[in-house]
Amino acid sequence: MSVTGERLQPTIFELGKPGRGSSKVPHPPRDALDRIPASARRAVPPGLPEVDEPSLVRHYVNLSQLNHAVDTGFYPLGSCTMKYNPKVNEWAARLPGFAALHPLAPDPIAQGTLQLLWELEEALAEISGMAGVTLQPAAGAQGELTGILMIRAYHRARGDLDRNEVLVPDSAHGTNPATASMAGFRTVSVPSAADGGVDLEAFRAALGPRTAAVMITNPSTLGLFEPRVGTLLELVHEAGALAYMDGANLNAILGRFKPGEAGFDVMHFNVHKTFSTPHGGGGPGAGPVGVVERLVPFLPSPRVLREGDGTFRLERPDERPHSIGRMRSFVGNTGVLVRAYAYIRAHGASGLREVTDDAVLAANYLKHRLAGAYDIPYERACKHEFVASAASIKRDTGVRTLDIAKRLIDFGFHPPTVYFPLTVEEGMLIEPTETESLEALDGFADAMAAIAREAYDDPAMVTGAPHSAPVRRLDEATAARQPNLRWRPTAGADTPCPD
Amino acid sequence: MAYGPHTPDDRARMLEALGIATVDELFADIPEALRASPLRLPDPEPEIELAARLERLAGRNRVGLASFLGAGVYRHFTPPLVDQILLRGEWYTAYTPYQPEVSQGTLQSIYEFESLLGELLDMDVVSASHYDGAAAAAEAALMTCRATRRERVLVSRGVHRHYRETVRTYFAGGELDLEEIPLVADGPDAGTTDLAALERLLAESDRPVAGVIAAQPNLLGLLEPMQAIGELARGAGALFVSVVEPVSLGVLAPPGAYGADIAAGEGQPLGIAPQYGGPSLGLLASTDALVRQIPGRLVGMTADLEGKRAFVMTLRAREQDIRREKAASNICTNQALMALAASIYLASVGPHGLRDVAALGAARAAELELALAAAGAPRLHDGPYLNEFAVRVPDAAAVHRRLLDRGVLAGLVLSELEPDDPGLADALLVCATEVTTPEEIALFAWALADELSAAGSTGAAGPATAGVADDATVAAGAGEGEQ
Repeated sequence: MSVTGERLQPTIFELGKPGRGSSKVPHPPRDALDRIPASARRAVPPGLPEVDEPSLVRHYVNLSQLNHAVDTGFYPLGSCTMKYNPKVNEWAARLPGFAALHPLAPDPIAQGTLQLLWELEEALAEISGMAGVTLQPAAGAQGELTGILMIRAYHRARGDLDRNEVLVPDSAHGTNPATASMAGFRTVSVPSAADGGVDLEAFRAALGPRTAAVMITNPSTLGLFEPRVGTLLELVHEAGALAYMDGANLNAILGRFKPGEAGFDVMHFNVHKTFSTPHGGGGPGAGPVGVVERLVPFLPSPRVLREGDGTFRLERPDERPHSIGRMRSFVGNTGVLVRAYAYIRAHGASGLREVTDDAVLAANYLKHRLAGAYDIPYERACKHEFVASAASIKRDTGVRTLDIAKRLIDFGFHPPTVYFPLTVEEGMLIEPTETESLEALDGFADAMAAIAREAYDDPAMVTGAPHSAPVRRLDEATAARQPNLRWRPTAGADTPCPD
Repeated sequence: MAYGPHTPDDRARMLEALGIATVDELFADIPEALRASPLRLPDPEPEIELAARLERLAGRNRVGLASFLGAGVYRHFTPPLVDQILLRGEWYTAYTPYQPEVSQGTLQSIYEFESLLGELLDMDVVSASHYDGAAAAAEAALMTCRATRRERVLVSRGVHRHYRETVRTYFAGGELDLEEIPLVADGPDAGTTDLAALERLLAESDRPVAGVIAAQPNLLGLLEPMQAIGELARGAGALFVSVVEPVSLGVLAPPGAYGADIAAGEGQPLGIAPQYGGPSLGLLASTDALVRQIPGRLVGMTADLEGKRAFVMTLRAREQDIRREKAASNICTNQALMALAASIYLASVGPHGLRDVAALGAARAAELELALAAAGAPRLHDGPYLNEFAVRVPDAAAVHRRLLDRGVLAGLVLSELEPDDPGLADALLVCATEVTTPEEIALFAWALADELSAAGSTGAAGPATAGVADDATVAAGAGEGEQ
């Protein structure tokens, strides 16, 4: 399908006109570039648009208003923990002392940030029951890679070279198997049992002398606490493998379960989930990783150290010979970590426990409210999220989970995560978080019930949704078949580029 | 709880609906033996106290110095409009645009980012963002191996050490080979990639090379013969990865112009504050030929069922949530908000403004070179540079420390970043940008001359320079108080 109708917003290129724009810096001296050889110089200026400031501001404000966001409404996107993002954290991260600090600033002039990072490491270690924490990974998936590379280094350091497999339950996030591949391991998928937990017999059969690690999400992506976690951990360690916990669902267990105490060897945190740092339209986040004592030597470098006199410094290169090295430049997504620190300080121990209690209470309440209208594949108490299914509705009416998701948009809600985990037919993963009021939860439940009724009474209303969004459903097939991935200022962009 | 809406009555109503007495019952499935010990964390902090604590910590950093430190992260003027737009909740409290009907703002902004960076880099395909320049370089290196089915990559020592180390970490899993191409030791090309060595490394026919990585400008600020490096790489059937600094592309040839197959880089200079290293912006771009190998999200233009123009995430079969262990990368969360900052920055300065920013930095750097040379710190290399260069300073680490006490952050002590390169002992890497003032340059030169003459290693600066510097000292002193 090609573009035949109107445009929602012009692109920034369409707003530009030669001669527009406002000057932000003075003109340089004419001879400023004379010493640069012509061969290294740009022959033609980049084809960037020339836009005046008022039009530019209006463009980005108008575009922003096409988004659903936590600040505009309920966002129950399962496995993403779309909780409220406190504004004091935004203010804090922008304090010039934090924001303007160069990452290679010598330690003596970076004491404030180093102290904050050190205290954050301590807090995360306490929350997870781990012995050591790195703040370096920039996101959860990079945290996973960090953890699995540490496990790889651990086995190799012991001369245990044949372990080339990582076990991953079939309900896991796609990042888990993708991480195992990136770290050079073969992924072995383990099926779930009828109760949503890991199938113990299959797990036992898959485990062996080639197993390097087992990656477990707990609570699982079904929102269920892994009922046999103690047995699983014993089996893993008996087999000489290590246990990795995907901490994506940490919001469900703060103060209730410390993975390090329970026997996990490595875990990552998603501070943009559990500790409220904003999701930014896809990022940035941060993915700190905690490890037990025997893995501390392998943590990425540099770590933040506290000296005997109470000052702080960064580890020097090669100070810890077993380190897996660097995962990125400098020390991490520090601006994100400032926000996470502020969140943890604001809550303290009692507040974090209350976060979890309220998140779990809200999820169970919402599950209870939806139980009449939707299938609830796992009825036992959920943690911070739960899976509902439209399998019965689809069988009776042909209306699918995707349709219900799109219809929710008309009611002013962001849809839940749909068709994930892959193990549930017509599944939707719903995570209300602790920051939605009872009225918001009831409003969502009412909308879901109304849509379920519509599926029977007026299915076209649901299958044709959304009706009130800025656009209708999109032609995703053509977008993939004839990709138009950037504006071509000279060629015009409405015609998809030929393959 | 600090931000929760639930009253005791709300909680009671939910518990009642569930038919339970306390919330503890919802955690009964955690085995008794595995339940957490009490959390030992400080008490909750009211916002007024939290704000004061954060201000105290921020105040403990010293950011009001006359700074000449770059080495991968650069101070620039960011028009205030950038951050004011970024602070709209519709941008920063949304997530990945999985539901395109309610995410057209984010989707169009990513498409525009891909387009703006496509123009700047002169590349066909731009990924929606990676974690930082180092991680982008690592992904680029892995791409070359996937695309060529070869397992050996050559990286110039002119590429930032953190990037080289990151590539090495990423290579550990696949047991891929990473070898470093040395820099020319002396003569007019000193400090740039050694082409003869590159040729030798490429000629080992039993160990074919997947990719060659070089940086423009390089770690030492020098301009590399990118055309020649690219030709050597292509001649050996390898892909050429160019690591770039985006502001420099206002005046320097873009990767597409010299035939790079992949461009990677750090987008921080495009309107993003240093923030002690992050969040910044990993740039990754490629030719059309590599579109199915490039990791990270891509947004394309399409239409809705009424023909209205719209944008959507596409070519998703590369991604982890679809392909799991066969994905091009495990990346999920990226740096989208930082990509938005870069887009707004580029649109607000425009093509001529970006040129002015880069050229002004070059002009200030030339002034800095003269002033430092007069102060007794000549350049370490002879080749052309844009706005960053190395100078020879005896006992550089000690001088750097003493200059800090005088309000000058005198760039980077190169031996601290590259301890194993004897050619970089006793050298500082310094940079200037459009925010560097003549007063700061004069202060640096005066203080440096003073330190060097105190050490008896060179003559003092002339009286004219010292006169300028006296005023500058006062100004810089005042600035320090504002941190």
